[in-house]
Amino acid sequence: MASVQTTRGEMDEADLIKREGVVETDRESTNWVEYWLDDELVHRSVHVHLKQTPALFPELEKFSNG
Amino acid sequence: MANTQAMCTSFKVEILGGVHAIGTPPTRGTTAKDTFKAALFVDTATLGAGTTAYSSTNEVAGAGYTAGGITVTNATVPASTGTTAFWTPSASLTFSNVTLTTAFDAVLVYNSTQSDKAVAVYTFGSQTVTSGTFILTMPTNDASTGLLRVA
Repeated sequence: MASVQTTRGEMDEADLIKREGVVETDRESTNWVEYWLDDELVHRSVHVHLKQTPALFPELEKFSNG
Repeated sequence: MANTQAMCTSFKVEILGGVHAIGTPPTRGTTAKDTFKAALFVDTATLGAGTTAYSSTNEVAGAGYTAGGITVTNATVPASTGTTAFWTPSASLTFSNVTLTTAFDAVLVYNSTQSDKAVAVYTFGSQTVTSGTFILTMPTNDASTGLLRVA
């Protein structure tokens, strides 16, 4: 039986309600998972995958490109 | 043939590598790479281009999280493709077994070797973590998506 670290210590996943979600944008892909014990949130983990970040010196492009 | 006005791509890579000291350089006691760290900030903070150094003001706080954040894994040397230099940490930023109940949406990468001077701020959708793990996976290390790019 899989266990989950929660605010109440290690709990069996089967005793909890699992909710998952995905957020996709141009800049990130995010997955989150929550475990609830009745109406109480006892675990939430998040995985953000950065896809696109701003260039450090984009203003230099006009000089580099002539 | 004609000459072409350009910032040399090799210079861009060398900026990331600390080769050129156009201003007064810091005194270095070693030739080792600097240590970079990553800290999380609440979504009411105002970090951005004007941020000059790490400060604990508006940093997240909670069980399992240490002020100042975590060390960035740096096993990648700066490189270039075309005319863009780039560098990306070689591992995800992982905050394990934390509880961060105040919503956060930004990570500050800063140079802890050089007086905590700021490097860059990256934002994402606002999040909380409860007895869980927050993982920030890096973008592909190339000229179009690398974490630090000198275009």
